[in-house]
Amino acid sequence: MTKNVFAHDTSLYENRFPVEGGNFDKAGQVSSQIKAILKRMKLSSEIIRRVALVSYESEINIVSYARKGHIHIQVKPDYVLIEAIDEGDGIPDIELAMQQGWSTASQRIREMGFGAGMGLCNIKNFSDFFRISSDVGKGTHLKMVIKIDKVFDGI
Amino acid sequence: MEYKEGREIVDLATIVKALDLKVRHGAHLLDRKVTGGFTGDLLSDVMAHSSEGDLWITRQIHQNIIAVASLKDHAGIVLVQGNEPAADTLEKAVKENVPILVSDWSGFETAGKIYEILNVRGG
Repeated sequence: MTKNVFAHDTSLYENRFPVEGGNFDKAGQVSSQIKAILKRMKLSSEIIRRVALVSYESEINIVSYARKGHIHIQVKPDYVLIEAIDEGDGIPDIELAMQQGWSTASQRIREMGFGAGMGLCNIKNFSDFFRISSDVGKGTHLKMVIKIDKVFDGI
Repeated sequence: MEYKEGREIVDLATIVKALDLKVRHGAHLLDRKVTGGFTGDLLSDVMAHSSEGDLWITRQIHQNIIAVASLKDHAGIVLVQGNEPAADTLEKAVKENVPILVSDWSGFETAGKIYEILNVRGG
């Protein structure tokens, strides 16, 4: 019985995926793996769609701007927690970085269709909770929660 | 022909034939249903606004388009203006089962023609 009281603390899935900075050959692989796992867990397509977007944009940010990082994902009965933690230059002005269209991306990155200044906005819009913190010279930490509705998204 | 709610369901083969597209990968996947379309070269825009079953029209040819199409469950990718996929793009397309089609038409013409097919016959 005690177990049920804390059922919301049960982790149904948890993993930490390393992401290489600067390696566009592998960009998207982690998100594809995460999507496949959630699909196997039979989460609703709406949850999978949102987690895929949030993890993809986070992954691309690490590849584009950091030396290295990782994406940590935890699936609980009533939410998915995604954290993207990187070692990189960090973001000096978070308010500016959150503005749609603002980007520090290089020409090379922009030519590939990245760096349009939409990534962080997309992450925020597709998450139920979003938090960003950054230490200049050290790195950036994104924390996102996507809620699972027992009726609509049930596992 | 398959029909849904009285409208013809459009598959990739229909669009390949109508636009005379070159199939660079996915000759065996042309029975995939196309339920909509999306035009865009900014990957974040495509991630945020395209839908499952869309045929994605773009002029990006590098390998990262495969991950996007696969994550979004697109019906396939159409490269416009005769742009051929990069070699590593094709390799990834094979791995991820993403059809790659090449259109000799411009992006505008390609989208217009596909829009008409989807909205007159199905979609």
